[in-house]
Amino acid sequence: MENPSILVRNISRSYGTVKALDDISFEVPKGELFGFIGPDGAGKTTLFRILATLVLPDKGVASVEGLDVVKDFKKIRKILGYMPGRFSLYMDLSVEENLSFYATIFGTTIEQNYDLIKDIYCQIEPFKTRRAGNLSGGMKQKLALCCALIHKPAVIFLDEPTTGVDAVSRVEFWEMLRRLKESNITIMVSTPYMDEASLCDRVALIQDGRIMKISKPEEIIADYRFQLWAVRSGKSFELLKDLHKYPGVRSVQAFGQSAHIAFEKSILSMEDLHKYLIQTGHENIEIEEIQPNIEDCFMELMIQ
Amino acid sequence: MNTILFIIQKEFIQVFRNRMMLPIIFVVPLVQLIILVHAATYEMKNIKVSIIDLDISSTSRQMISKFEGSPFFIIKNTSFSEKEAQQEMKKGNVDMILHIPYGFERRLVKENAAKVQIVINAINGASAGLINAYSTMIILDFNREILIDFLSPAMLTATHNINVTSSYWYNPKLNYKTYMVPGILCLLVTIIAFLLSGMNIVREKEIGTIEQINVTPIRKVQFIAGKLLPFWIIALFELAFGLTLGKILFNIPIIGSLWLIFLSAAVYIFVILGFGLLISTMTNTQQQSMLVSFFFMMIFILMSGLFTSIESMPEWAQRLDRINPIAYFIRIMRMVMLKGSDFHDIRESFYSLVVYAVGIIGFAVWRYRKVT
Repeated sequence: MENPSILVRNISRSYGTVKALDDISFEVPKGELFGFIGPDGAGKTTLFRILATLVLPDKGVASVEGLDVVKDFKKIRKILGYMPGRFSLYMDLSVEENLSFYATIFGTTIEQNYDLIKDIYCQIEPFKTRRAGNLSGGMKQKLALCCALIHKPAVIFLDEPTTGVDAVSRVEFWEMLRRLKESNITIMVSTPYMDEASLCDRVALIQDGRIMKISKPEEIIADYRFQLWAVRSGKSFELLKDLHKYPGVRSVQAFGQSAHIAFEKSILSMEDLHKYLIQTGHENIEIEEIQPNIEDCFMELMIQ
Repeated sequence: MNTILFIIQKEFIQVFRNRMMLPIIFVVPLVQLIILVHAATYEMKNIKVSIIDLDISSTSRQMISKFEGSPFFIIKNTSFSEKEAQQEMKKGNVDMILHIPYGFERRLVKENAAKVQIVINAINGASAGLINAYSTMIILDFNREILIDFLSPAMLTATHNINVTSSYWYNPKLNYKTYMVPGILCLLVTIIAFLLSGMNIVREKEIGTIEQINVTPIRKVQFIAGKLLPFWIIALFELAFGLTLGKILFNIPIIGSLWLIFLSAAVYIFVILGFGLLISTMTNTQQQSMLVSFFFMMIFILMSGLFTSIESMPEWAQRLDRINPIAYFIRIMRMVMLKGSDFHDIRESFYSLVVYAVGIIGFAVWRYRKVT
């Protein structure tokens, strides 16, 4: 890759005896929407904080737009937008005051970079005199994104921007990110929600401080080599337990009302499973063949 | 430079948006001045006395009426029983017992000497000392009067008598308020500056806004300057407000130069802000910061010479007081306001504060890290 926007080589960082990041390497080209998917405590925030020059790595090198995160941290801070996982704007300042404060400390004004934030800001502009602390979760995130973008950064880091945000706002938020890509900003975003992975150009699955896989979402789905059935019955809790006991089943995951079971291709038959479930006292049994979605793939990767 | 201005602007918006802030700035000094100045006084009035007069002679009556006539003493009860008087003191109804023994007058006439006993409740050592001094004065006075009665005029002129007349400088009327107001003003400025600055940066840590600030190109010196200057301005304003109140309410004298007062205050407030900042950088929550601040403030205030004089503290404590910024400032304030000292007189304290300010702010800035 020629001059990647973000480059991470063999980064490790421990907190005491806990290894938050263990020998991580990856590259993100300019203008990509790159997602980090992983459960809580996987090391996502530590990685973001290292790239945002807030935490020093124990080992390895990392650079943002060709600038080293340790040596050139001052230069990086000028071209970087960072949205921490926790809402970190001033609750007692209004929407407009927050935005113009962040604009001025970057030596710019709202008007100068209005184009970039226009789409997002116009949604919260009706509330611009309201204090940030009184905004809803989704609006807070929009404001935080505006503040992270106000100085026209080359790269933005969004640490779990959709955690604690309602489903509608989450969809809106991702649409905004896709539109931002057109401005050729490199976007690195982390999320614990696997369904959001398919909205990224590429995703990295991170667990226990290690990257399990980096790939395009379609490829991750294409690489899935098991067969998947969705099973439903009236008693969903017992269903999960009983499916676990069924020989040949590799994994059982609850997805809303149904359970997804994965198994080596064509070793099971639907009739046998149906009989087994009736024997174990289930009613209204439905079984259907399904195509794997990104979540099925991640679940599979995580049990490997 | 502009960046600092924007931070200052932001801080001011936040300070005044805080609904508790305006009352704190305006009501606290008023209440502190009115209550503390009146309450924290060493002047003794209304000392309650129990009298045991077993002599019941004209001389003993004369002595008792001396006490009655003094503005400091109130005779609460008289009895013949020592037990009863002691009971009264135990209950806290009287502060002092005057015991005139049987045969007082006779002995005085025959033997030219007689004894009375004074028993003082000394739970508060300082006030016991004062009661003792007051009553000794009265008895001495009485003594001189009976000398005149008993001795012939010829003998009287032969007695040598040293008469001491004292005049009280810098506070001629021995007005306790004059002494307290400058000290209480110091306290006021200290509390406002210490708590506000001590809570401020740690508050940003606690609510997480520091994360966002730390990734901006803002330099830490700019950030800290922008944080401290608003409180510096507020504390100086507070001093001006307090001085005005002191002048209006108590008509305290300001003999020295106002400029000198404010110049010293300007330096002193930086010391206090530096202290607060240091605590702020070392703690993670406002609660921790509050507790640590209180710890230091209690020691500094109690050892500041505000209530008890520094000169009467033990040698080691006086040496320890060299690191107490409040002590320097109270000394300066009292000297300039009451004595009219000029810069030359206070230069030692002033330079100490300058060194202190540079040292502590330097240390605090060095301690504050944007990266972990």
